[in-house]
Amino acid sequence: MKGLVLLMLVVAAMTTARAQTAPTERRSGYDFASPETRAMQDDDTANPGMLWVLQGETLWATKAGTADRSCADCHGDARTSMKGVAARYPAFDIALGHPIDLEQRINQCRAERQRAEPLAWESVDLLSLTAFVAHQSRGESIAAHTDSQLRPFSTLGKELFHRREGQLDLSCSQCHDDNWGKRLGGSVIPQGHPTGYPLYRLEWQSLGSLQRRLRNCVIGVRAEPYEYGAPENVALELYLMERARGMVIETPAVRP
Amino acid sequence: MARVLINLPTRARRGEIIEIKTLIAHPMETGYRLDSTGNAIARDIINRFVCNYNGEEVFRAELFPAIAANPFIAFWTIAVGSGELAFSWTDDHGQTQSEIRQITVE
Repeated sequence: MKGLVLLMLVVAAMTTARAQTAPTERRSGYDFASPETRAMQDDDTANPGMLWVLQGETLWATKAGTADRSCADCHGDARTSMKGVAARYPAFDIALGHPIDLEQRINQCRAERQRAEPLAWESVDLLSLTAFVAHQSRGESIAAHTDSQLRPFSTLGKELFHRREGQLDLSCSQCHDDNWGKRLGGSVIPQGHPTGYPLYRLEWQSLGSLQRRLRNCVIGVRAEPYEYGAPENVALELYLMERARGMVIETPAVRP
Repeated sequence: MARVLINLPTRARRGEIIEIKTLIAHPMETGYRLDSTGNAIARDIINRFVCNYNGEEVFRAELFPAIAANPFIAFWTIAVGSGELAFSWTDDHGQTQSEIRQITVE
């Protein structure tokens, strides 16, 4: 009997999720990176992510599609029109009835305004445009979502974040809430705040989106990743942005 | 090959040692990797970088497959006179990307 109670206590301790990291303890992945990696991010002429931002700037002014229109034709100077936009995405799309992320918003603009083919996920063009738009929000704080229509979707994101998955039976929360700062293999486990996306990963030798990162993590726990653009991915993005509200956008960040 | 970032001072004193930082977008495919069907991915790297200062070569580098994608090359030179710095990157296809930057030396 005594043994059974002890076992139950142990099981209870294992299944009780630790509370979300307190706002004062929140740290960007930047804080966990090596001084060399941070120096690379801080210098715009050494930050390889700026190559995509540069490309995005060109694309912004390039006419596309049957409407023969560029982003700049409608939105003008991105430095003013796109300032702060990345800090409030994913945002609720009334026509679709669900939230969409920045990449999806750019492709929506392409389809509806430019009448052009959508850009493929993780293509150089989509990453470049996203990086260019998000770069305009560098230094801005991630906005708190006030749209009540987003509530069910961020709740779904939160549930997915805490759901154990895959052959390793791990949830996002078990690493990024309970064990951040410790090491997994050679790398430090960050808190999982999406402050610098799209970001340059030295491991990828490329820029990549938050969805690519999410899929990587899901594959890491040996679960089936959600497809690019899947509602589950967007819900997770939404919850992560809510979890990181008030933190500063760094796009394009550099991470190991 | 198109996206290039070059950082150097636009003005310098004669005899001053200046740092030049360059970054270029390139996959730097090693030739050692296999694709999803098991076939080797052909090597495609930048193998040569040259910087000429008013026509005189001041820096050159040979690159090999161990260099990461989007190579960052930084070096120093002495500001000897006003004029132009010409940078060129040549890859395995023989394609060359060239950039020119002006410098004023007082």
